Formats: sequence, structure tokens, C-alpha cells
Amino acid sequence: MRPAEFRNPEQELDRFQRRLAVAGGFVLFAFFLLFARFFWLQVVQHEHYQTRAEDNRISLVPIVPNRGVIVDRDGVVLARNYSAYTLEITPSRVADLEAVINELAGIIDIQPKDRKRFRKLLEESKNFESLPIRTRLSDEEVARFIAQRFRFPGVEIKARLFRQYPQGDLASHAMGYIGRVNDRDLEKIGEHEQDNNYRGTEHFGKTGLEQKYEFELHGQTGFEEVEVDAGGRAVRVLSRTAPVSGNNLTLTLDVKLQRVIERAFGKRRGALVAIEPSTGGILALVSMPGYDPNLFVDGINPQDWEFLNTSEDKPMVNRALNGAYPPGSTFKPFMALAALEIGKRTPQQTISDPGFFNFGGHTFRDDKKGGHGLVDMYKSIVHSCDTYYYMLANDMGIDHISGFMRQLGLGQRTGIDIEGESEGVLPSQEWKRKRFRKPEQQKWYAGETVSIGIGQGYNAYTPIQLAQATAALASGGVMYRPHLVKHIENINTGERTLIEPQPLRTLPLKPANVEFIRQAMIGVNKEGTGARAFAGAEYVSAGKTGTAQVYSLKGEKYLEGKVKERLRDHALFIAFAPAEQPRIALAVLVENGGFGAQSAAPIARQVLDYYLLGKLPKDAAPEDEEVGEDD
Amino acid sequence: MTEFAFRPREWWQRLVAPIDPTLLALLALLLGYALLVLASASPERLNNQFINLAVALVVMRVASQMPPQRLMHLALPLYLFGVLLLVAVALFGDVSKGAKRWLNLGFMRIQPSEIMKIAMPLMLAWYFQKHEAMLRLRDWAAAALILLLPVALIARQPDLGTAILVFAAGFFVIFLAGLSWKVMALLFVGGLASLPFAWTLLRDYQRHRILTLIDPESDPLGKGFHIIQSTIAVGSGGILGKGWGNGTQTHLEFIPERHTDFIFAVLSEEFGLLGNTFLLVLYALLIGRGLMIAANAPTLFSRLLAGSVTLIFFTYAFVNMGMVSGILPVVGVPLPFVSYGGTALVTLFLGVGILMSIHKHRMLVQK
Repeated sequence: MRPAEFRNPEQELDRFQRRLAVAGGFVLFAFFLLFARFFWLQVVQHEHYQTRAEDNRISLVPIVPNRGVIVDRDGVVLARNYSAYTLEITPSRVADLEAVINELAGIIDIQPKDRKRFRKLLEESKNFESLPIRTRLSDEEVARFIAQRFRFPGVEIKARLFRQYPQGDLASHAMGYIGRVNDRDLEKIGEHEQDNNYRGTEHFGKTGLEQKYEFELHGQTGFEEVEVDAGGRAVRVLSRTAPVSGNNLTLTLDVKLQRVIERAFGKRRGALVAIEPSTGGILALVSMPGYDPNLFVDGINPQDWEFLNTSEDKPMVNRALNGAYPPGSTFKPFMALAALEIGKRTPQQTISDPGFFNFGGHTFRDDKKGGHGLVDMYKSIVHSCDTYYYMLANDMGIDHISGFMRQLGLGQRTGIDIEGESEGVLPSQEWKRKRFRKPEQQKWYAGETVSIGIGQGYNAYTPIQLAQATAALASGGVMYRPHLVKHIENINTGERTLIEPQPLRTLPLKPANVEFIRQAMIGVNKEGTGARAFAGAEYVSAGKTGTAQVYSLKGEKYLEGKVKERLRDHALFIAFAPAEQPRIALAVLVENGGFGAQSAAPIARQVLDYYLLGKLPKDAAPEDEEVGEDD
Repeated sequence: MTEFAFRPREWWQRLVAPIDPTLLALLALLLGYALLVLASASPERLNNQFINLAVALVVMRVASQMPPQRLMHLALPLYLFGVLLLVAVALFGDVSKGAKRWLNLGFMRIQPSEIMKIAMPLMLAWYFQKHEAMLRLRDWAAAALILLLPVALIARQPDLGTAILVFAAGFFVIFLAGLSWKVMALLFVGGLASLPFAWTLLRDYQRHRILTLIDPESDPLGKGFHIIQSTIAVGSGGILGKGWGNGTQTHLEFIPERHTDFIFAVLSEEFGLLGNTFLLVLYALLIGRGLMIAANAPTLFSRLLAGSVTLIFFTYAFVNMGMVSGILPVVGVPLPFVSYGGTALVTLFLGVGILMSIHKHRMLVQK
């Protein structure tokens, strides 16, 4: 111890106690600070934090509604849902995804493509979602997993609804397909202000009816208010709002007819559109080849996708709506009707056909060497005389032709309830001005009108436009918007919304003129270019054959056998029946099918036989016979 | 040789004799409250906590009987032993969670920094007692060295929470010993000026914690998660709290470490501002009682020791509550007497025991 004289205990103690008092004051001050902080959080900001705690605690889990079912006019199912087991992983609950998946692969078959798809989903997903690693588990796989479930926290089996197209590739271009929601779909959902309703929805209509009627088919998403913990695990359900199933679609389509047609096409490429003239309802919409929409439902695998997109047959192209083809001679009845309506021809006026038509130093040939001789309007249609129409077109001029054809809907979108329709080309002076850049190309030359008359030249129409025009002819000028959906049914209320067959417009056609064309087209199937195909038919039908050039051969004679298959002409046929009270009007196109009479007309015959008489073709194989008469 | 006789009453009196009833009453309230909160936060740990408490009470009882003179003799050896262990940790320590804090003795693992929480105030109090008469600048500098050497070793582990507590414990001794205000002001300004330099010494995760304190929402799922969730728990508690066992933040596992460092969030959520205030009052009374004992202590050593030990309780409480309510960075400091865990409890009760001993022996020296 230090010597006592240096110590001043009183003073020391006094100073210590003062220091102690300062420390005590500091303690009180610090505690007051804490109190102020608590007051701020628990009183002033309480509501804010209360809300945040609730947001933490309560999670709205969407319950995806059943997508509407699609059936044909007789109730045959084209698209439905089925429940299947999927193996799902909640990534937030799994530490090492790769290891868990590898381990799962030991008891359940997991392919590299499953892993790829899972990785893709993982990139796009939100945190708390569970994502499928395998879909459509077999019962055996489900049992195997359940037995070992304890090894896989964060992995579970869920029953999910999948879209199924039981008819496979039948009517695939009409049906379209659904696929996983992508960014473009999200934009659309946003535009329709459906963001909330699509929480939890994984699929979206990509093409066809699935796309067009997406918002009808989808339904109202239900919600479960779930208490969740910090790991996203549901602790209990607080409340539940049931989902409302999507609306069902009943189509005007006749699946059995569609099947007959697709069989008739066989391996050939082409399109057929059959319309009910009195309503505009589409009875069959065929584009061959098709594809199996089931491939797309849970993500198409790369090989299939590659095949569908690179195949020379272009199975993904809806030829009925997107393919624009020269109508060839199927254009002639419309030309004749135009001439009658405008007054450029009377049925009785005849021309002399030497087998060619000279104009401006250019020779336009008739297919029949030596010509048809004396030809009136009836004969011009029945025997498909080109020279008659070269002259007629030249006499009418392009303005009259395009003016009349426009009323029939040619060169315009029909407005069918499927997206992505092509406009085609209705040649006119205006069209040429818009189409070309160079001034000398923008001018319409009178010589160009001549080949327009036989449906060649710039003419290019989609099969559905031809079908619509044919239906208009059949109904005496009443134009309908072609449509696939007959009515939309709300299965909860049973309420049906009919797609009203309101005529778009009624063309001011003289009944006598229409009747004349009808008779001429009946003549085609009785004694003209369609007679062979319609020999022995038990009903009266009206038709017209056509051939569209794919490749122009200069100087050489077109010999089918010599030309490469893909460069052969397209075969066309338009028809309606029964001629007096038409119940069906159609346009057929067989790509590279050669003469219309040869490959297109027989298909039309099968369609009408089946539709009017219920007769099925004896064998599905198409017969290719020589046809004597030219087209 | 004494004759054995069965006198339970006498034994009991002898057992409780050194125990300060006021301190004990306050602690009883505090511990009851703590066990109530733990029973909600983590009921499965209650049994263990009872065992921890029993051990801590034994330690307290032993310490309370040890006269301050004996403690004074222990000061230097304990301090040197502690520093030695810290050096050993730095050289051969076990790494866990990126920090070297543990020393593996083969049969057990110990955390030497914990010893420093008591050894530091003992050592400095002893030092000032020795140099009581004249304190020259040299003596203050030596005191600073005694303080900073172990603090630096602990901060390097890194263990910011313990470093802060050990530093605080030592600093309180120096402050109570009468370090001049001028020097303190100078140190304070100097400290502020060297902050940017100190920043460069911090580990990445420590910087991150400070940054997330300033803006927790910048990283809501990462480092900011703890602060955000505990603040939500406190705020959503409101004035009366959600009620015992009804804390959603607690029971849905939004609060990390809800039984240890973040147990205050549980208390706060379930008992609200009222419960918080009750806790603050209990701490204030406990600290008040400790400061009173310090004020009445007979020797400089016991005064400084009692004052420092008391103020450590305060430091624990303030740092922990400040951290949980989002005004201080996240450092590993438990809520004193409340958080689950044996080590902290033993250290704290050792402190209480020392206070009791100082109180009990206040008259003895003067006799």
C-alpha cells in the first residue's frame, strides 16, 4: 500500500460517487432512448408493422380453376383436363437441389430433359413455389416415392390438372394448344387486367381456339388464405374462395366429318374449309399435315420442336388460314357472276376460242390445244375455258374485277375466331401501288388483267376466303363471318352465349344471275370437269375445279411426271350441296396435287357423301386416276 | 472438530447469509419473466435453462462468499491466464462459422474471451487500487494497454460483441477511476477521426452489418432479414402485445435466434410496450442497486469492481435491445439474465455474486 499522506479518501470517494452519478444518469438516458424507440415502433408505427407482420404471416395461395372443355357440335370432346400426379420440389426448402434430384432419380425415372425443364422453371419462378421435376407419374412411381418420402423434405407429390387433346392431331390447327406462360402472354394478361386471376396459372393458349378464347376458357382463380411460416410452409388454412371453372366451348365443327377429310387427305398436304352457308359456322377446318397438340402441354421436347419447325411439310403452318394460293379456275364462277352483275356479258353471248388469246404481243394459252370452239358462259364454267376469261377480264378491267371480288371477302381477313389469318392478295391498282416501291412497278398494266381472269397472276387467296366466297354463292349473297365456336357455356350457371350467326352483309346480287352460276356449277359436276369425281352421286352438287400454277414453264409443255413433286400445280376444288338448298359449302386445296379434278374433287366428293348421306369412303386410300378432261 | 448435528434452519441461514435479498428479489422477478418468455419462444429448452440457472446460482453463491481481498489476489493471475488463452486461441483456436473463438482442450472446448468479461474489470480495479495514490499519465497509459490488448485479440477473432463488452467493462473502471473529462473528450474526438481507419480494419461481414443497420431494406432476404423481422416483431407488438404464445413473428419462425440473442423480439411482440417498459424498469432497478453497492463499497478496488460489473449489465441490456429494435448493429450480445444459454448466465451470475460479496463485506474492512 502507498503511504497514507498522499491519500485523500474523502475527495476520492466524492469524485467516485460523482462519476457513479454520471454513469447512472447515462444509464437512465440510454434507457429513455430505448423507450423512445419502442414508443416509435410500437405506438407511432404500430399499424405499419402490424400490416407487415400480417403480410409475413398470410399468403394467398391461388387455386387454379379447371380450364373449359372444348367439344364439337355433337359433344365429342376435343380438349379436356385430366388430373395427374407430379413430383414437385420447393426449392426454398431444399439446400442442395442437384443432390436431391440425383437422389430422386434413384427411385423415379428422371430424364435429362426433365432436369433441363426444371432448371428453366427455376429461373422463372418465384421463391415459394413448388416446381415439377417430373410430370405424369405412374401409380407405381407414386407408391415408390411415398414409401421413401421421409428422405426428401421439400419434395412432394401433387395432383395437377393437365390439358389433353383426346383426338390427337385431328383438327389440330383449329384447336391450337396451350403452353407455359411466357413474357408475351404476361403482357396480354396485363392488357386484359387479369394479373390477379392468373396468379398460379401456368398455361396459356398459344394458338388456335385455345389462344382466341383463352380468357373464356381460363375461369376464375380461387384463393386460399394460408398462414405460412418463414420457410413458406403452410401452417393452416384461414379461408378459402373456391375457383370458378372456365367456360366450355361448343364448336360448329363436326369431328367425324373432320376425320373423314383428314383421312381423305392421307399423306398429302393441303387444306379444306367446310362452312354451313346458312350460319357461317365452320364444319371442318383442315390443314394437312397437322401436329399433336398434346406434345406442347408440359413443354415440348427439343427433338419434336425441331422436327415440327424444320420439316419441309411445314406442319405448324395453318394452310387454311395462312396459306395464300392462286385460286386458279375456281375463280371463274365468281368472274362470271361479276360479268353478269356488271352487265359485261349475258349468259347467251358466245366467243370463239381458238386455244389462245393474244394481247399486247403476248399469247395467253388455253389448256386445251386448239380451243373449245364456240363457248358461252355455261360452257366456259363447265369446261373451264380459259380464253373466255382472258377476254372477259380484259373487257371488265382490273377495277371492276377487284371491286366485285372485294365484296365477296377475297383478299381480306374473314375474321374467323382464330388468330393469325393472312390477308391474301386481291390484285388492284391500289394494291400494286402499295406493294411495290419502284414507280414502273407500281403501274398496273392491262396485260396483267388478262391472267387475273383465270385466277392466276397476282391473285392469292386463303382457302378460308375461297370457302367463304363459295358459301356466299351458295346462300345467294348472304355473307357470314366464318366461326368455329357455336356457343360458350358457363357450366356453373348453365348459361349459354350463342355466337349469333349474324350476316356480315347481303350482297345485292340478282337471283337470276346467282341461279345461272349455280346451274353452271351443277353442270361442272354433272358433265364437266367434276363429272368423273361426282359420278353416281345421290344428290345434286355444284362445284368448280381449279389448278394453281406453282412454277411457270416457259415454252415447255407442262408434263406432270417430269416436274418435281414440289413444283407441281396445286389442285383446287370449290363446291356446295345440295345445290338447291345448300347445307355445306367448301373449298379444298391439295398442294402440288396437279389437276383439281384429279386430286381435289374426289376429296370434296367424300366430304359431301359423308356429310349429306353419312356414307364413309370404302377405303381411306385416295385414288389417283387419270382424268380425261382438262381443267 | 465439530460435532455433527441436524440443524436445517441454521444451514439454510448460513447458505443464504451472503445473498443480498434486494438483488435476489429483483433477479427473481427478472428470471421469472425470462422463463415465461422462453416458455413461449422455445419451451423445449426450459429444462436446460433450469440446469443452466442452477449452475449459475451455485457460481453466484460461491462468489458471494469470496471476500474482495481474495478477489484482488485473483485479479492479476486471472487476467494473465485470460490473455494467455486468447493468444493460444489466435494461434491454435478452432474455427467455427468463420471465427476463431474456441480453444479445444481435448475434453472440452472453452471460449477464453468469456473469462475476460470478469477478468478485465478485476484486473483494472486491482491496478488502480495499487496505484491509488498518484495517477500519472504513465499509469493511465498502462491502464489503456491492459484494456486494449485483450480487446484487440478478441476483436480479431472476430467477435465484436464480446470485444465491446470487454472494452466496456474495462472502460467503466477507467472512467470511474477518474479519467479526466478532457482526456475523454480528446479520445472521443480522436476516435471519431479514426473511424474511417477503423472501417478498413473491420471484416466484410461486420461492415455489412453496419450497412444493413443503416438501410436494412437494401438486402431484405439476406443480412437485413434479422433486423427487419425483429423490428417488425417489436412494432407489431403494439402497446399491450399480442399475448403470451401468440406472437406470429415468433411462432412462424420469422425471428432468427429467437431463444438467444433475439429473445427480446419475442418478449416485445407478445408483451408490447408495457412488457418492454417492465423489463426496462427491472434492469434500471437492478443497475440502481448495483450502483448503490458500488457507492457504499469500502475500498477503491471494490468500488470500481462493483461499478464496472453493474455497468456491464447495462451494456448487455442496451446493446441487445438496441440491436433487436434496430438502432444498433447486430452483434452477438445476449439479453442479460433472459437469453437462453449457460455461458452468459454463469458470467452474469458471477458478476452478481461479486456484487453481493462486496455488499456483504462493506463493513468488514472498516472494522
